[in-house]
Amino acid sequence: MTGAILVGLAAGVVAGLLGVGGGVLFVPGLVIFMGLSQHQAEATSLLAIVPVAIVGTLRQDRYGNVVRADALLLGLLSLAGAGAGVALANALSGAVLRDAFAALMVIVAVQLVRRTLAQGPSQEPEGGGPAASQR
Amino acid sequence: MALAAEEGSHRSLRLMVIGTLAGLFSGLFGVGGGSVMVPLLMLWLGYRERAATATSLAAIVFIAAFAASVQGLYGNVRVLDGLLVGVPAVGGVLIGTWLQQRMRSRSIALLFAAVLVVSAVELVVR
Repeated sequence: MTGAILVGLAAGVVAGLLGVGGGVLFVPGLVIFMGLSQHQAEATSLLAIVPVAIVGTLRQDRYGNVVRADALLLGLLSLAGAGAGVALANALSGAVLRDAFAALMVIVAVQLVRRTLAQGPSQEPEGGGPAASQR
Repeated sequence: MALAAEEGSHRSLRLMVIGTLAGLFSGLFGVGGGSVMVPLLMLWLGYRERAATATSLAAIVFIAAFAASVQGLYGNVRVLDGLLVGVPAVGGVLIGTWLQQRMRSRSIALLFAAVLVVSAVELVVR
């Protein structure tokens, strides 16, 4: 029980700090620290994403960032794909699914590095001062 | 008028393609699908990053809830674990975004990328 809470908390902090989605952290956390199978971890991760996405959406909506009509359409139009994706996941063996997920993690890591390097030092909180423009 | 309608259907079509791809990705990998939606919303519909992220987050509520339900039919969802992970994660995200505005996350991002790769290897060889 403590393990699950720690996985959630840690994954949440990293997700918020680095702008990475929660799912890519929940799944390995559930497999490595909680001993779930790849299928169980992916399914459980989807459930764990729901409260995170709800609270995030409410916050973003307060700032007026959510294009509500598009979000609703996107959400509804994605359901067939989501059902097909789940069916596909369940048609694959745990080993294949796990390897594919590991590849996804490496891609996310590469993107994170590229984004970080592209941002450069201007990532500093605004008004970085003259030092910010030096490099 | 006709032009606007055509543009509207064009837009819906694009949203449908984005939604379908995101849904497939989400269902297959157990993730939200934001990494599919955000770049496509920006590329195809001219969204700014902030709006793209926020709008995809709202769509993820539907996608993840539905995909989790379907996974539930397969008997794969560990409901208690899901809640024990998901609810504290809400607090974690709030802490993370708070930190993000106060510190330089550059080296953390690079370090974390390494952790991701190590975890990926751990997943495969374990």
